[in-house]
Amino acid sequence: MVRPLLNVPREVRAGVAFDVRILIQHPMETGLRRDAMGLVVPQDVINRFECAVDGQEVFSATLHPAISANPYLAFSAKLVRSGTMVLRWVDDHGVEASESVAITVV
Amino acid sequence: MFVPTRRRFVLTALAAAVLPVGARAKPAEVEALIRAVTGGVAPMPGRVVLDVPELVENGNAVAMTVSLGADVPEGAVLTDIHVFADGNPRPGVVHFRFGPLAGGAKVSTRIRLATSQTVHAVAVFADGSCWHDSVSLLVTLSACLDD
Repeated sequence: MVRPLLNVPREVRAGVAFDVRILIQHPMETGLRRDAMGLVVPQDVINRFECAVDGQEVFSATLHPAISANPYLAFSAKLVRSGTMVLRWVDDHGVEASESVAITVV
Repeated sequence: MFVPTRRRFVLTALAAAVLPVGARAKPAEVEALIRAVTGGVAPMPGRVVLDVPELVENGNAVAMTVSLGADVPEGAVLTDIHVFADGNPRPGVVHFRFGPLAGGAKVSTRIRLATSQTVHAVAVFADGSCWHDSVSLLVTLSACLDD
């Protein structure tokens, strides 16, 4: 998979919420479309997205085909300790990808 | 079997015309899904705010934001937000889950809408209470049906 566009601050203040934004390149095939030959293009969407810091859950999402191609997600997190944020997602073909960012609490 | 390109095109076009376009989800189906996530109770209006434009020009990418309103009492912990669309071929849109490190309940994404319809958001709190918001909108260019 192509690397996603990820926007996470590297330094945050303890207990103050900050935004996490991610744009993942993916066709999000609905399984409803037909190709030029009239054959159904099989469904292939990112069905699961998870964000955790040192194993503690921040946010997760179960996505259906009603999410647009190249899914964009913006949510927020709040930390009291420095840690590594891991963002992980998987699609219907079982293709997994992840990104991690070290975040320092100042 | 060899099929000339033009004949193949005609056959494909015929097949596309005859085969039914994917059935639409129905409001009753969405109601059943909402009840499934709330544990059978009807959600109360309020607390959750669903922000989608009421006039959608392009159903392929509709900006959607769900957040909590000002009427959420201090100390109430949100665990889940579910979004359903009652006019899409499949009503499920997305399910957000908020963990202990969530910084707030505001989430933005982009969704597909097949036709003019009502979009529903249901928020589930840690105490089991469920809240609901919906937006009826007009879609001028629908997703799913072209290409």
